[in-house]
Amino acid sequence: MIDRDQVLHVARLARLRLSEEEVETMTGELSGILDHVDRIGRLDLEGVEPTSHVVELENVLRPDEPRPSLPREVALAPAPDPHEGAFRAPSPQADA
Amino acid sequence: MSELLELSVAEAAAGIAAREISTGEYFEAWHAAALGDELNAYLWQVEEGNGYEVREGPLKGIPVAVKDIFCTEGSPTTAGSRILEGYLPPYTATAVRRLDAAGARVLGKTNMDEFAMGSSNENSAYGPVLNPWDRKRVPGGSSGGSAAVVAGGLAPCAIGTDTGGSIRQPASLCGIVGLKPTYGAISRYGMIAFASSLDQCGPLTRDVTDAALLLAALQGRDPCDSTSVGIEGGIVAPSRESLEGLRFGVPAELARDEIDAGVREVFEATLTRIEDLGGEIAAVALPSAEHGISAYYVIAPAEASSNLARYDGVRYGMRSESGGDLLEMYETTRAEGFGPEVKRRIMLGTYALSSGYYEAYYGQAQKVRTRIAADFDTAFAGVDFVVTPTSPSVAFGLGEKTDDPLSMYLNDFFTVPMSLAGIPAISIPAGLAEPPGGGARLPVGFQIAAPAFGEQKLLEAAYALEREIGFEARSGSDDG
Repeated sequence: MIDRDQVLHVARLARLRLSEEEVETMTGELSGILDHVDRIGRLDLEGVEPTSHVVELENVLRPDEPRPSLPREVALAPAPDPHEGAFRAPSPQADA
Repeated sequence: MSELLELSVAEAAAGIAAREISTGEYFEAWHAAALGDELNAYLWQVEEGNGYEVREGPLKGIPVAVKDIFCTEGSPTTAGSRILEGYLPPYTATAVRRLDAAGARVLGKTNMDEFAMGSSNENSAYGPVLNPWDRKRVPGGSSGGSAAVVAGGLAPCAIGTDTGGSIRQPASLCGIVGLKPTYGAISRYGMIAFASSLDQCGPLTRDVTDAALLLAALQGRDPCDSTSVGIEGGIVAPSRESLEGLRFGVPAELARDEIDAGVREVFEATLTRIEDLGGEIAAVALPSAEHGISAYYVIAPAEASSNLARYDGVRYGMRSESGGDLLEMYETTRAEGFGPEVKRRIMLGTYALSSGYYEAYYGQAQKVRTRIAADFDTAFAGVDFVVTPTSPSVAFGLGEKTDDPLSMYLNDFFTVPMSLAGIPAISIPAGLAEPPGGGARLPVGFQIAAPAFGEQKLLEAAYALEREIGFEARSGSDDG
């Protein structure tokens, strides 16, 4: 189960602005999914190692040789608001 | 012209190598077919260019449809999302570069569920893809566009990505071959990330030989993806005709009621065919597989919530025009740019990773993952392959499951365990079945899974079985 306040809290963490309607449907849908998923919470998995990666790999290295990188203008081309060779974004404070 | 479209990729490649087929004429035929797309399967198609230089290689002159999740330099790449509308990547994914190096040419970019999240292709911001067998039904997802173009005669072959079944399930619902290779067989560089520990590129083709041909070109280590290792010894065209000496395991836990009667019938008939070819059927146990969906729908959204944090309206993609400070810009951009399913998964993943819940969800799911992988290890000690239906149902109707995300998730029941274990699995068309409620018969896929990096053996078995099944029906050609 997840309640409305938790949905709003998680939305803030995820940087998602939800409409009033979305908050409502999300609360119901997420609760339903979590109810199902909660089944694994009841399993006794004491002592089982977690798997984060299925292929065993160790120290994948390549020679540390300088290579050309993307030219600045190419990297900036897809940006919504490139400015003077940089990514421009709004100020963290509205009135700044 | 239309005779050229009847050829498999292997046949066309042989004809091109023998100079019996002109690459220009072959490409033109497919380009014209692709332009006739009435399935909403393509999001972008290449312009017919005279300046294109055909490269020598095993795929010389072969057009390939590419899921819109692969970055292609200078060509639109949206991942089915509004947030990447108009995005022109500054580089090309390694998988596409490898096809190009083998002589293939990108024919177009195919529609998909937004950021590969979905099993019906209804989550695309650019509208759903229609199933070529019945345009009122879904093609499956998330690689629905790639499956539909191959099944609908709009491309000779395609590539897609599979995170929990996104190649195998649409292949099954569209009556074609779909292969998810071992995690690490093909580079993920330039493949827009959904769940990084699960995502894998693979081919969608008319037959098993074509899947082998594409995999041979795609696989390999890539310095740009440290998790890519390639397949030792490479891949060759399969030629096995008998299944003598091979054991096929049927998981007892997967014999569930949720399977459509028609799908079950085709599955059982296919087991008989395996025995006809000299193969042996055995029961295996995958006791943890029933928790696959739960583990998957924690791990995949958790990784997605982290991967999708990059779409913040600063470096690429759209930015909301509603103004405000930085935080407001992030929140409104993401609210306007992401569709409902992507938001749902970001929320689910963020919740599962949030303070106080991490161990109960993500930690526990990773342990279930260990258990599922161990189940397969135990099974493969006694059998060569594990087989299941690919999907519990044939293609369902557009809109039939959109109101119930959980029932949509449960559709991935048979494909998710292999993804969690990182092992290769192929879906081949095994026959036709009437959908529940009646109507024209629709394709049913048969899934074969093998131990990690066992692709060659998997393709050999699938090839022998494919010959025995002799699935000839094409979309629209079945009249009962």
